[in-house]
Amino acid sequence: MAEFLNMGGYASFVWTAYGLSAAALIWLAMSSRKQLTETDDAVDAARARRRGEG
Amino acid sequence: MHRFANPAQFNRLADAILPWAKMAFVLLLGAGLYYAFFDSPPDYQQGESVRVMYIHVPAAWMAMFTYMVMAIASFTALVWRHPLALLAGRAAAPIGAVFTALALITGMLWGKPMWGTYWVWDGRLTSVLVLLFLYLGYMALWQAIDEEEKAGRAASILALVGVVNIPIIKFSVDWWSTLHQPASVMRLDGPTIDGSMLMPLLLMAGAYQAYFVVVFLWRMKLEINRRKLAVARQAAMHASVGAE
Amino acid sequence: MSAQISGARVFLALVRRDVRLAWSQGGGALLALGFFFVAVSMFPFGVGPAPQVLARIAPGVIWVVALLAAVISLDRLYQADYEDGSLDDLVLSPIGPMGVSAAKVLAHWLSTTLPLALLAPALGVLMNLPDQAYGALIFSLLVGTPALSLIGSVGAALTVAVRRGGVLMLLLILPLYVPTLIFGVGAVDAAMSLTDPAPHMALLAATTLIALVVGLFASSAALKLALE
Repeated sequence: MAEFLNMGGYASFVWTAYGLSAAALIWLAMSSRKQLTETDDAVDAARARRRGEG
Repeated sequence: MHRFANPAQFNRLADAILPWAKMAFVLLLGAGLYYAFFDSPPDYQQGESVRVMYIHVPAAWMAMFTYMVMAIASFTALVWRHPLALLAGRAAAPIGAVFTALALITGMLWGKPMWGTYWVWDGRLTSVLVLLFLYLGYMALWQAIDEEEKAGRAASILALVGVVNIPIIKFSVDWWSTLHQPASVMRLDGPTIDGSMLMPLLLMAGAYQAYFVVVFLWRMKLEINRRKLAVARQAAMHASVGAE
Repeated sequence: MSAQISGARVFLALVRRDVRLAWSQGGGALLALGFFFVAVSMFPFGVGPAPQVLARIAPGVIWVVALLAAVISLDRLYQADYEDGSLDDLVLSPIGPMGVSAAKVLAHWLSTTLPLALLAPALGVLMNLPDQAYGALIFSLLVGTPALSLIGSVGAALTVAVRRGGVLMLLLILPLYVPTLIFGVGAVDAAMSLTDPAPHMALLAATTLIALVVGLFASSAALKLALE
């Protein structure tokens, strides 16, 4: 197990690369999803308001 | 094509595709990571550091792919005024920028153990750095111009001009490296990639592609929502003016 | 027939006027040349006067500073006319938006970037450029400076309506300048190391030709967009 984590001495390079990639891709996906749900709610709210006025 | 000009139909299509894309992503990522770490050999020269290749190359491929998506969307928006095409470019750009930045960073982390340096002005690295600037410029134009549609079309012009840049720079790699004789030039698509390494590479590339589909569709939907909100705000303003 | 004649007249008048303006007090030509001279002169102070060091970096330094000098002079290319409304009239004239771009780019090259190419040998002396490289230096700048004006025009046109668009324009233009820079410096480096600069020159010329087509089309589209 220790050998696996050590990556033949290249641990800092390999795990940093995988770690940063995961972090960036997770952040992008989550931020996009959050913006989507926020705008979904805003659109629904606007629609409800219009229906209320009409 | 104009069937998809209708946002409601696009949303339906996106909703149909999304579950499959998510599933494909999970499966390909799982298989890819397994092969990357447990079922592929360390490289004869690079040792375990070769495993960075399995996230570096897919990031670079997706950086290029996303730019082509953006360029085609830009062309469609400018020539045919397809309403969703403009939004498609805007949706794709941040994804492409992230892939490009990851390609550069993982490339540096792969390069340090391999070449002994974090950066080499090899044609490929230079072209990827320029690609990052193109993405940033594209996104900056969208923000800088007040009128949204004008901003999008200006950004689309830039995206298309940038497309010309890319093959020029990639083509210059051959000339530049042969005429300047750099210390070392790594050729990724050299003689043959061993089959045992090709498998994780292709699986991870597939995972990245599925990721793109999911996040791109989410961003398209959110851009469509933004458009709807902007239109609603306009309508509300006109209504309130008319009511006076 | 008369529309053709007045088109040519408008074109020439625009070129002449822009060249005159560039060289006038508020124009960009002297600023660009001054910057070119001063900025290159800083390098011996910065990296030390050791002749071999200066010679080694001379092609790159001269080319990069020429490029930056060109960018400095670009942000007023369309803006002055846009602000006072005359850009509208020019675009509606017989030469159309592409003619306007072509005329302004030609004027910019004649007044600003071509003089940079002509001043370069003097700066080569300052940077201890070896004798065998001067021909390539002048020739590469002569071939490459039109590309700088053409590509610069695209950035200027895209940001013409943006308030304080100078920095954005820089961000847009510099990546697009990279091939021109690579081939231009490559030619001078080749001459310096006594290898054949011709392949680099050929690629540089190809880049300028592509810049001619793409630059004029894109500038014209951007101007039309801005004036809508």
